[in-house]
Amino acid sequence: MSDASGAPVGDSHWPLWEVFTQENQGQPFEHAGSVHATDAEHALQNARDVYARRGEAVNLWVVPSTAITASAPSDAGPFFDPGNDKAYRHPQFYIAPRGIRIF
Amino acid sequence: MATLRGSRLCSLTHMTTTIRQLPADDPAQVAAFEARIAAGESIEPKDWMPVRYRSQLTRMMSQHAHSEIVGMLPEGNWITRAPSLRRKQSLIAKVQDEAGHGLYIYCGTETLGVDRFDLYNQLLDGTAKYSSIFNYPTLSWADMGVIGWLVDGAAIVNQTILAKTSYGPYARAMVRICKEENFHKRQGYEICMTLAKGTPAQREMLQDAVNRFWWPSLMMFGPSDTHSPNTAELLKWRVKRKTNDELRQRFINLTVPQAQELGITLPDPDLRYNAETKNWDFGPIDWSEFQEVIAGNGPCNRERLEARRAAHDEGRWVREAAAAHAAKRSQATAAA
Repeated sequence: MSDASGAPVGDSHWPLWEVFTQENQGQPFEHAGSVHATDAEHALQNARDVYARRGEAVNLWVVPSTAITASAPSDAGPFFDPGNDKAYRHPQFYIAPRGIRIF
Repeated sequence: MATLRGSRLCSLTHMTTTIRQLPADDPAQVAAFEARIAAGESIEPKDWMPVRYRSQLTRMMSQHAHSEIVGMLPEGNWITRAPSLRRKQSLIAKVQDEAGHGLYIYCGTETLGVDRFDLYNQLLDGTAKYSSIFNYPTLSWADMGVIGWLVDGAAIVNQTILAKTSYGPYARAMVRICKEENFHKRQGYEICMTLAKGTPAQREMLQDAVNRFWWPSLMMFGPSDTHSPNTAELLKWRVKRKTNDELRQRFINLTVPQAQELGITLPDPDLRYNAETKNWDFGPIDWSEFQEVIAGNGPCNRERLEARRAAHDEGRWVREAAAAHAAKRSQATAAA
């Protein structure tokens, strides 16, 4: 299906935007889903209509899907490994006398 | 490093033929995948998955999304004739929610590497399926109450379990939808309750709507387990967590007390409580009717598709205007 110039008429051929919602002031933004939209402002409006009809968000981010770089699930082991074997980064690594409040 | 999305498999239009030509999945990868499923892990778009898992999910999710979109039509039919402003604003909000639900699930389906436009074209050209319930007409105002109560009630039973499905994007869409469906069901039951307490004519209208929607609502859960070829595979991969018959029984058990509260009769002479199983036993379902509706011969199949096609055609200028507006703005930004 295409128009006279041969361009597709489906709106899913518009760029894809990932939508992030902040549920309350001060909280982190969380991925909610995606929308197709012609530009950033349009994406914000679509994101509001689709993902924030009932006060689910006090703020929205829309990010072009192509702009996001993600870690690969197959590499998850080696990729996160440098952090996994450093027990000294956790408070439990350290010995404190019983009955004393350290903080 | 990789992009956020799974690789685009192929256009769904050619999917069935392509899948047949694809080589079989590597048994070692299938085993690793099934071990993840057995461990209760959630499968994400970029994870390796069997070709069948991807195609089954694409089928289920796109049918589900289409159902939400077509589901706007039976209720949209009554917006202009809602009996009060309160009812009218609820109905508008509910129909808007259905559009939103469709978009959540299309968005989830696109993570499998298909294009919403291709899926939507399959709906418009009649090759895609959607829930049989939406091919029944809405003849009276009571139908708005009964759809909210029974049809959304059945959807909640189904979707509450689907919220635990193994495919992450589908599960997350279901969680979002379930929160909103509760409003749908309660507004429907409130309409039913108002009619049940009303004049004899209103009670008669309610009973008539229940008589027409009861059996089609039970059919929403799909064929009986003995005739559901996909069930075993879907259960194995935890796409489904309960069988069609289990969900149907759960819905009936939940609904009978609600019907009793309304003081209406469910149109099944065989419906009775089984103290041993603690289930409500019910009479045989007319599966020939279900097959007819699925095959496109329900009361409203043609009308529904015509309405969707007309909406798509009439919306063309909006899509074109949005694209033109964006192009103009980006030119203005570039010039500034």
